[in-house]
Amino acid sequence: MTDNNGDDGIVLTEEQLRRRRARSIAIALSLGVLVILFYIATLVKGPAVLIRPL
Amino acid sequence: MSLVSEGADLARPLRPALSRAQPSVAGVEDYLALLKPRVMSLVVFTALVGLLVAPGHIHPFIGFIALLCIAVGAGASGALNMWYDADIDAVMTRTKKRPIPAGRVEPGEALAFGATLAVFSVAVLGVLVNWFAASLLAFTIFFYVFIYTMWLKRSTPQNIVIGGAAGAFPPVVGWAAVTGDITLAPVLMFLIIFLWTPPHFWALSLLRCDDYARAGVPMLPVVAGYDATRRQILLYTLLLAPAGLAPWVAGFAGFIYGAVALACGLVMLHLAWRVYRDRVGASAATAARRLFAFSLLYVFVLFAALLADNLLARLGLMS
Repeated sequence: MTDNNGDDGIVLTEEQLRRRRARSIAIALSLGVLVILFYIATLVKGPAVLIRPL
Repeated sequence: MSLVSEGADLARPLRPALSRAQPSVAGVEDYLALLKPRVMSLVVFTALVGLLVAPGHIHPFIGFIALLCIAVGAGASGALNMWYDADIDAVMTRTKKRPIPAGRVEPGEALAFGATLAVFSVAVLGVLVNWFAASLLAFTIFFYVFIYTMWLKRSTPQNIVIGGAAGAFPPVVGWAAVTGDITLAPVLMFLIIFLWTPPHFWALSLLRCDDYARAGVPMLPVVAGYDATRRQILLYTLLLAPAGLAPWVAGFAGFIYGAVALACGLVMLHLAWRVYRDRVGASAATAARRLFAFSLLYVFVLFAALLADNLLARLGLMS
């Protein structure tokens, strides 16, 4: 009882799975760094964080 | 123009092959390669000098964020350049192993990666540093991607002369991150890199002329010939040497910088003269190779001297 007529779609190889995982970790780390940058910058600037001179 | 269209035809079969919906095989190292890390090193260093010699104060962490944004913006430009130029890169020996022509990164992936980084770098610089520096960074990315990559590179032998402006902006952005404005000093730093770009890239193009011709890129030696290129290299170096001295003449840098700029300018002139004079055989290639190698050193040494001079003056060790 399958509704895809035996089509399993794209099956990733071990190497493709490993690279996808590495990309996912890199994206997660980048986002984490961005959060930390904003957090520290907010502490550094204090109330001046709302002052953005042109 | 014919050179351009021939180059594009040669590379056209690449696109459909790369655009099939396949699981990505790109590794993290391929995405890093899209950022052109070697180009980024020059961008970061000149931006750092612009930032450190600017009058006024910036918190070290905010300065670090400014540099990071400039580096990421430069990387975004590199990724967008590789996305658009994949057809050219595929037929050039020097670039055919880049991630897109090698088939490791899909063009769409590079486009999304570059566009995302471009938006983020400008937005973060604007929110956390200042919007004037952010607008300069946005203009730099726009100029490199749209004016140089998409327009000038394929249409005129003056491509790297005008396009060189994109590479000359980073110290100005670094300066603006501190001061929020532009004065004569950052304009002089801009001018040095702007005038340095033609002799630097034309020396390389003398060595890679066949590669550029095969790819249909109208670099000066391909369109105007080797002798015209050698003449232009000498002319631009004649402009570059005094431009290198300008920060000292204008009183923006001291005698240490002036001495270094004078010595380096004379070496550049000597090497450019050798390129102009030695036109045949192995000596011609050697002359071009030496000029290219020294030109890389030239811009690093000049900006390092500018930084050292400025720091010594701030510490009160020089008048």
